[in-house]
Amino acid sequence: MSTKLANSNQPMISINKVSKFFGDFRALDEVSLTVDRGEVLMIVGPSGSGKSTLLRCINHLEVPDAGEIMIDGKHVTPKERELNAIRAEVGMVFQRFELFPHLTVLENICLAQQKVRKSSRSESEKIARSLLEKVGIPEQANKYPPKLSGGQQQRVAIARSLAMQPKVILFDEPTSALDPEMINEVLDVMLTLASEGMTMVVVSHEMGFARKAAHQVVFMDGGTIVEQGTPDQVFGAPQHERTKLFLSRILH
Amino acid sequence: MAADLPPSTSLQPPTNKRLDWRTIPWWLVAIGLIIAFMGFRIISDPEYTRIFETILTGLGTTLMVTGISFICALILGLVLGLGRVSRNLILRNLSIGYIEFIRGVPILVLIFTISFAIVPALSDWITINGQKLTVSLTARAIIALVLIYAAYIAEIFRAGIESISRGQMEAARSLGMTHGQAMRYVILPQAFRNVLPALGNDLIAILKDSSLVSVLGVREITQVSRLSVSSSFKYEETYFILTAFYLTMTLVLSLLLQWLQRKMSSNVH
Repeated sequence: MSTKLANSNQPMISINKVSKFFGDFRALDEVSLTVDRGEVLMIVGPSGSGKSTLLRCINHLEVPDAGEIMIDGKHVTPKERELNAIRAEVGMVFQRFELFPHLTVLENICLAQQKVRKSSRSESEKIARSLLEKVGIPEQANKYPPKLSGGQQQRVAIARSLAMQPKVILFDEPTSALDPEMINEVLDVMLTLASEGMTMVVVSHEMGFARKAAHQVVFMDGGTIVEQGTPDQVFGAPQHERTKLFLSRILH
Repeated sequence: MAADLPPSTSLQPPTNKRLDWRTIPWWLVAIGLIIAFMGFRIISDPEYTRIFETILTGLGTTLMVTGISFICALILGLVLGLGRVSRNLILRNLSIGYIEFIRGVPILVLIFTISFAIVPALSDWITINGQKLTVSLTARAIIALVLIYAAYIAEIFRAGIESISRGQMEAARSLGMTHGQAMRYVILPQAFRNVLPALGNDLIAILKDSSLVSVLGVREITQVSRLSVSSSFKYEETYFILTAFYLTMTLVLSLLLQWLQRKMSSNVH
């Protein structure tokens, strides 16, 4: 009983004094952060502030130069086998979708299930079709990604990461490559996931999504966390000058 | 040889049904006329017919040497290309070293070196049933072409792999795939499609360079022509017909590859 409690109290992601350099440039400077189970964390900040780098460090697309990252109690290490196992449980959604253009939508969602999880073809296709239903584009299953609109492609990308039944999904500016009229169809899917209790880390400037779904907002600048709190605290009553300046720029 | 054809008339507005003289590939017409003229001479002139039939006896060897060399060079080239982009320091340096070595030496010199120095040195080590292994000259020609063209094809594969955006690898890896799985299922299929035109050019290049193995005495069409000339002294007729042979083959291959490419790009996406 007590171990179970301790387990569920353990944060889903804990980032401890993580630093990252690109040459002499300090992209992250001893950043520490925790994300609880079912929490939706939003990271905002100007470009070059380190927010994407921090996100990419979580699943080691960038390997940190110092510090440690734990996901669901497991150390994220650069060791191939352990890292692959962790990555399979951490979904990632990219700004430019990064669907596989030589595979159909259905094959895109099935590939990792079959090659990583060793699921059967019929089983993986069943999951893929139900996920396409969930993101609202079941009729696109047999098309190739370049035939789809940006919004549809991003929804396929979300379905692709959901197919691995991830514990967390990382979103790297999921709407910033989209035409304005397509942003909401993607945000709606993300809102659904949030309401279902998915743990999400979102790098984005979508204020509407932040107010509706985010539990915690982090403002980053210069590779450090400047301010963090609820959306109302950070957006409504920012404490730091840099936060105020940044918000005044993106809100108008 | 692989120059692009002008855009087909189907791309023009449907109302413009008259053939525009500017869209006709005049170079193709000219080469076609030259080949047709040679064909006419071969049919009408018994001397030309005799020489044509002589050269024809080497065609099988030319096509076999080209075909086998190309397929083996593709496989070895892929291995070298993957080594070229490998994160393994030893593999990468071995591959780069090999590629730069081959590309730094003229093909003709390499054919001599491989056939008369490297292959004999290696075959001396191998004995089958107490007898030393003998490698035929045709086999040496193929080995030489494979070893040479693998280096050129490796560079094509490297360029193809590097043409796929980093995000594709990251997307595959973030789904938990290993580096090898991501290469095999995500990167290589796309890279292969991108490099098809370049591979086609190399097929044509091997076909042309197969003439170089005539220096080994392999009886392909160039060697057959040289032998014929040395006794008949019909230089003009023989070498014009030989030229027409190569021109016809490269032209047919080039048009075939363009057709294939257009079919592939219209099929998918």
